[in-house]
Parts: sequence; C-alpha cells; structure tokens
Amino acid sequence: MRSSPALIDVVGQLRQLAGAAHARTGNFRQAIRQDWQLYVLLAPLMLWFAVFLYAPMGGLVIAFKDYSLFKGAAGSSWIGLENFAALIGDEQFHRAVINTLALGLLSLIFGFPVPIVLAVMFNEIRHSGFRRVAQTIAYLPHFISVVIIAGLVVAMLSPSNGVVNVVRSAMGLEKVYFLTVPEYFRTIYIGSGIWKEAGFDSIVYLAAIAGINPALFEAARIDGASRLNIIRYITLPALVPTILVLLLIKVGHLIEVGFEYIVLLYQPATYATSDVIATYIYRAGLQNSDYGLAAAAGLFNALVALVLVWGANALSRRYSSAGLW
Amino acid sequence: MRWRPTIERAWQRFGDGDETAVAQSHGDRIFGRVNAGLMLVFLASTLYPFIYILSVSISSGAAVTSGKVVFWPSEITLAAYGQVLADQKFWIAYANTFFYAIAGTAMSLALIVPGAYALAKARLKGRRVFNFLIAVTLWFHAGLIPFFLNVRDLGLLDSRFGIVVAFACNAFNVILMRNAFEQVPAAYEESARLDGADDFKSFWFVAVPLALPTITTVALLALVTRWNGYFWSMVLLFDENKVPLQVYLKKVIVDLRADDAMAAKLATADYSFETMTAAVIVVSLLPILLLYPWLLRIFTKGMMIGGVKE
Repeated sequence: MRSSPALIDVVGQLRQLAGAAHARTGNFRQAIRQDWQLYVLLAPLMLWFAVFLYAPMGGLVIAFKDYSLFKGAAGSSWIGLENFAALIGDEQFHRAVINTLALGLLSLIFGFPVPIVLAVMFNEIRHSGFRRVAQTIAYLPHFISVVIIAGLVVAMLSPSNGVVNVVRSAMGLEKVYFLTVPEYFRTIYIGSGIWKEAGFDSIVYLAAIAGINPALFEAARIDGASRLNIIRYITLPALVPTILVLLLIKVGHLIEVGFEYIVLLYQPATYATSDVIATYIYRAGLQNSDYGLAAAAGLFNALVALVLVWGANALSRRYSSAGLW
Repeated sequence: MRWRPTIERAWQRFGDGDETAVAQSHGDRIFGRVNAGLMLVFLASTLYPFIYILSVSISSGAAVTSGKVVFWPSEITLAAYGQVLADQKFWIAYANTFFYAIAGTAMSLALIVPGAYALAKARLKGRRVFNFLIAVTLWFHAGLIPFFLNVRDLGLLDSRFGIVVAFACNAFNVILMRNAFEQVPAAYEESARLDGADDFKSFWFVAVPLALPTITTVALLALVTRWNGYFWSMVLLFDENKVPLQVYLKKVIVDLRADDAMAAKLATADYSFETMTAAVIVVSLLPILLLYPWLLRIFTKGMMIGGVKE
C-alpha cells in the first residue's frame, strides 16, 4: 500500500521544533526518571530507525568518495564530485533519467483517470450483490506479488505458445517476442500496472462518493435529471478535491517507478526504454560493485524526489489552503 | 414485470438496479445497462489471466505447446503439479516464506506497537523530535546502495535474522499505530492509573485491547508485504536453503525463461516448462486467495483510516 502523506504535519512540526527549542532546556533527566517506562517502550523502535534508516544516510558520503570495500566508507579517499561528473558524462544515465520521467508521466496520464472512472461505474451499479462481487474481483490483483504478475505477463506474452501469440497466429499474424522489443515495454509495464492497481485505487474515490450528501442525488432525481447528468453535475464535481489531492501526491511520487517490477520484466534488449534510474543504480552498485557511482545516482534520485514532493505540497498549499500533510 | 423472461429480468436488475422509487427514463435504463456491460468486460479482463494460468497448469505440455489452450484447459493432467510438488527446493522456499512472514510480522509488532504507544503520549518529553525523525523517512531514504552496505557492515548478509529485522518497520505503519493510540480515550487509562496501574500495565491491559483493530491492520500490512516481497531477499540471501518462495518463483519464471535449452530438456508430453511455471504460480497464489476475503475487509477499513484527509 502506498503510504499516504496526508497523516503528518511535517512542516508544522518543524516550526514547532524551532519555537520550542529554547523552552526545552535541561529537565529531560527529570522526565526520564518520571516516565522511564514510556522510554523503555519507545527505545527499540527509535533504535531500529537509527540503525536501519539513519545509519545508511551517513553512508551516503561514499557518493563523494572513491569507495573501496576494503577501506570502508571512512577510509576511502575523497574525490569530491567526480562520481557526479561521471554520471553526467554517462549516456546510459541520461537514458535512465529520460526513461524514468517517461514511464512516470505516461503512467500518470494513462493510469490516473482509470480508478476515477471505475469508482463512478461501481457507484452506478444499483444491484448491491453485483456491485459487491465486482468490487471483490477488482481489488484482487492488488494483493498479488509483482513476481506473480511478471509470471502472468511472461506466460501470456510467451513467443512460442503464450495466448497472445496463439491468437495472433490463428489470425494469420506472425508471432512477436514482445518482451524483447523496446517499443512494447512501456505499454506492457503501464498496462499491467493499471490491471494490478486501478481497482484497488478506486476505493479512495468510492469513499469520497459515499461522503456526498444523499439529498443532492435525491433532489436531482426528483427534478428529473438523467443519470449521466447526475454524474456530470453532482458526482464528478464532488470528487474534484480528492482528485486534486491524489494528483498532487502522484506528481510528488512521479519518479518512484515500480523498480522491483521493472527488474523482473526488463532485459538488455529493451534497455532503450526500460532502464530507469533505480535499475541503473541496481546494476552499477549490486551487480558491478561500483558503489560510489551508484550511491551518487541514488542521492540524485532521492533529491529530485524530495524536490517533487515539496513542490507538490507547496502547490497544494497555495490552491487549497491545506498541505498534503 | 413478472412476465419478463428470467435473463431479461436479471439483466434489467444489474443495469437498472432494484431501486424503483422513481421510474427511470429510457435513457437512464440504457445508461445502466451500458454501465453494467462495461463493468462485466472490465471484470472479465481482470479475471482472465488467472483463468488462463489455471488452465495452462492443468493442461498437458503437448496441448499447450501446440497452442490449444486459450481459455479452457485441454488434455487435463496434474503432471505439472506432480513435478512442482516433488521439488524439494519448492517446499523449502514455501516453508521459508511462512517463517519470514510470521517472524517478520511478530518483529514488526514488537517494535511498532510499544513505540507508537509511547509516541502517542503528550507527556512524553522529546516526542516532537521523535515524531519528526520518523516522519522524515517517509520522504528521504539513503537509497539502495547505502542500505545494502549498512546491512553488510552489520554482518546481516545471508542471514535469516537480517531479513526479519531489517524490514520490520516503516514510518507509515508507526504513524497509523500512533494515531490509533491517540484515539483511545484518556479516561480509560486514568481510571487504570487510579487503580494502581503503571505505564506498562496500562499499555498492555488497556491500550492494546482498545487499539486491536489497528494492530490487526498493521499486522496484515506487514504480513502481505512479507509474503509478496522478493527484492531484498534476492539481494541479501545467497544460500538457496534460506530464500523465500518469491525468490524461488523469480528464478523459475524469469531466469529460466532466458534458458531455452533448459526449458526444452524439461518438456515431455505430459508437462512442459510452461505448465510447470503455471503450476508454481497457482500454488503460490493459494494462501493469498484463501486469506483474501478477510484481507479485503481489513484493508478497505485500513484505507479509510489512512485515506486522504481534506
């Protein structure tokens, strides 16, 4: 499940921290003596965050070093921005940046409207049994692992006897090994992504529709409005705030493409369209042991992602007077 | 309308619905039926890949190779299942997945539930700093390589314990849990305190039972993530006897695909590489399908809790 940033007021917390900094002098020791049991309950969790999420942040220094496995992060020599210079000069990295943006944007354009349409369609089914069955089926693919999704894709698109090619050859068309053709990769990735998540993503919109005052629908129906007009003038306008918030969240996460899924589907023949920043990092770091370069690419990726999230939040603040978090 | 034929009546109900408070216009009836029709197309396309893979898994290798399987199985046989279930590595991987799912979920709960309880207490000094440190990780991660090197430096490569502990928490689940504890009315714990309960007792006997629905949600989130995750197990585990099912699946589905000679060697008239892959997929889908009705109830509820605030 994609984490929802709606829950936390980080900016507010930052401001409060700054304000409260001077007021918080000293009597920590007393607090610990008084509430030691609370700190005992909290300690393992904070220790976990320190060891597994904050310690690696220190490891980011290797992006500025000529990292050697034997010397470790501290012992390796500083090389300044050389790793970043190498990235800028690497055509494969350019390709990865472009592919990341392309996959992110195309997923947004084609994937974003589908759950909205589905939610409205679910809502327009009046037969409650049919509706329940439909929703149950639609949410199912969300719970299935990407490995199995990739397995289904591979099986159906298999060049020898996958169903797509069986049907093609029955129609007199030649068989195509889709997963080795760069032109098909984006369609396969985005299409299977929509198949997996669109149903489940419609839940948020259904919840918003459920929040619409029933009296509105009632009044429109009595006034003789057609169902299409009710959708157009009541349901969709009521969804606009939810749509905007989710759109901004999606834009904020634009470059977080489904890397674990791509790793399963891509192969050297399709790198021209399938190699993204995350897979570039994966190959550079974990397969070629070029840790410094990979860490530099990772830092670049994380900073761009951060800028996008902050930008999306700033936009949201400006237009809806409430941030996303 | 009793005189209408049954199918027509069913179609009408699906399309128009059983609300008949206001008579529907002709256009509305058409809209309802088009909507129901499109929905059926969508559902069919959602279900089709599952039906296809099930059909392939119970068809003979020869039938699949000659392109006879498009929807219904052909020359039904369980040979592929026999092959898959006879592979010891498959069972080891299956058992490993159960271990990681259960131990991992227990580890998640052991860290998150007590920690979130403390974070929900307004009198906890330094609370804002702790909350902030946790929230930051929602937006900024060190990334793949530093995380990997960190796990290696901790000596947790190729370690079952490493897999269990290194992925136990995330900010989202901590915040979900903390919000749930904040909803527990203070009066319950105050009365427990008057009866002499300290923080430990009040946590365990008052707050935990009251926050149980959210604890279940967090547990299921962790469980499904564990069951479905493959990437880090693939990267951090080298010993074949330690890998979970998803890594085994990845090897069968993705890595063997590239090796046609291997696939050809596997094929007999009864089973082939394709039917065996399909059988592995079906067998690994089973637990999720069995849990699905229950999962669905909890998750949709969880989505509402964690959903967008306006």
